[in-house]
Amino acid sequence: MTGAWPPPGVAVARAPDPADASPLDIDTDLVRTWLVQFLREEIERRRGFRRVVVGLSGGVDSALTAALCAEALGPEAVLALLLPYRTSSPWSREHALLVAKKFGIPTRTIDITRAVDGYLDEFEPEAGGHRRGNVAARQRMIVLFDQAFKLSALPVGTGNKAERLLGYYTWHADDSPPVNPLGDLFKSQVWALARAIGVPAEVVDKPATADLIQGQTDEEDLGVTYPEADLILHHLISGLGPDDLVEAGFERRKVELVAGRLEGTHWKRHLPTVAMLSPTAIGEWYLRPVDY
Amino acid sequence: MPLDIAIAQFRPSKGDLDATLDACAETILRAVEQEPRPHLVVFPETALTGYFLEGGVREQAIAAPELLKALNERVGGDADGVDIAIGFYERDARGIYNSALYATLGPGGGILHVHRKVFLATYGVFQEERFVEAGAGIRAIDGPPGRIALLICEDGFHSVSGTLAALDGASIILILSASPARGAAPGAGVPGNLVRWDALASAIAAEHGVFVVVSQLVGFEGGKGFAGGSAAYDPRGHRLLAGPLWEEALLPVRVDLDDAARARTEEPLFSDLERSWTRLLVNSPGSGVRRPAPEDE
Repeated sequence: MTGAWPPPGVAVARAPDPADASPLDIDTDLVRTWLVQFLREEIERRRGFRRVVVGLSGGVDSALTAALCAEALGPEAVLALLLPYRTSSPWSREHALLVAKKFGIPTRTIDITRAVDGYLDEFEPEAGGHRRGNVAARQRMIVLFDQAFKLSALPVGTGNKAERLLGYYTWHADDSPPVNPLGDLFKSQVWALARAIGVPAEVVDKPATADLIQGQTDEEDLGVTYPEADLILHHLISGLGPDDLVEAGFERRKVELVAGRLEGTHWKRHLPTVAMLSPTAIGEWYLRPVDY
Repeated sequence: MPLDIAIAQFRPSKGDLDATLDACAETILRAVEQEPRPHLVVFPETALTGYFLEGGVREQAIAAPELLKALNERVGGDADGVDIAIGFYERDARGIYNSALYATLGPGGGILHVHRKVFLATYGVFQEERFVEAGAGIRAIDGPPGRIALLICEDGFHSVSGTLAALDGASIILILSASPARGAAPGAGVPGNLVRWDALASAIAAEHGVFVVVSQLVGFEGGKGFAGGSAAYDPRGHRLLAGPLWEEALLPVRVDLDDAARARTEEPLFSDLERSWTRLLVNSPGSGVRRPAPEDE
């Protein structure tokens, strides 16, 4: 700051460039402290909880979330729930256990196969992978919230900003926990922070997968890599249009794909639409913040 | 003359007025136990309630005399004669404001000034114009320690605010702020908004030859973090101290108000401004009395 030249932290205006991911660079020490403070305040001070439950999938988002919770509240205050379905990859379990061991977090495994199949096999046996994935994601939230209630704990969410902007999650499932530390971090920022905080390399470096369908990876599903999607999303939500990015050298197919997902999923980032009938409609006229 | 100030980097108990008033009083009492005993304790913007209240300002706003009475009752006689500057949502007969009270505690004291935020932040995460009215102006007052002006947060983002305060004779400007942290680019080690505050406050101080004190709120409100990072600047724009991040702190700073006069003598930007101000106003767009510029004649 004062006395240093060039002044640190002052961004230099640059044209968007597909080869320049520096707009997504973060100070991982700063963000780590920031999020640890966020978790302490939102969980303990504001909501009065001393414990949390996190669904630990074996992926990097939940690994980082659990590690941050352990740092904020102490590992013994975190319960990592492993919630496999019969089609889940065995690596998911291995990696979840690796993370739990690394950060000293207790785990409990609750297999959701019978709960999911109890509905699907009896009533909807023809359901395909996508529907089964959604049912599994929602079943995981039933378990997460019930375990939280039982333990007087708060469920903590793990969704990142890229997933949220692309709508790449199950509505009212992954996005339902009341506190989420990663929701304003793009996937490449999650990777950077996870590396800095010591999440095992096996977890950080493997291809991201929702693991809802066997063999699926996020990037194949999406048709664009996360680093590409992150940078395109960053520029789009900073005010540039798709044509600006194509002109700057971004690949049109990828820009249109990302912009299409962004534009098509605004509804998914909101609470349900309520018919407004009065001048005291909740959230429209009667406005009180979440922590009031 | 040296003036001892305590910057109270403060975390309110949001929505719990009684608990927060208790905490304010405890902070004042802790401050006056320090050596040297401060003449002035400076709290941040909306210290009494937290910043993001939306429609809750209707329930949380109080009148300035009511605030001073509540603080006096809580601190008893131990802080008599000490000045405070504190941000709060203010209610009066005409509306609700985002205000800063400047008052002297104790039976011999009273309210010296209430500054109402002029520039209401209403963009992005901010919605102030939906819920509070704008203040009418910026002026300095003769406080016991010297001539002082108060600004609130976005007031300080407009260079005209520091200009008006300085023209009204302020040698110290108190900026009460609740600045939600944003920006985590590598380099500074602090959120980007604090880098901006550092540049702004330093510039106000150096341009006008005044001391600037920035008192920042602490705590998270619905995911939005107030990071602290309060600071003070001398009349040459040098930072005298920087408060810690994310935690409450009582930050002592001693200023010599005579130094403001010395700085203005060394670099007479302020007297240049005083001489030119009226002419600039008359010739400014919208003045209605714009004189023809030489090139128009």
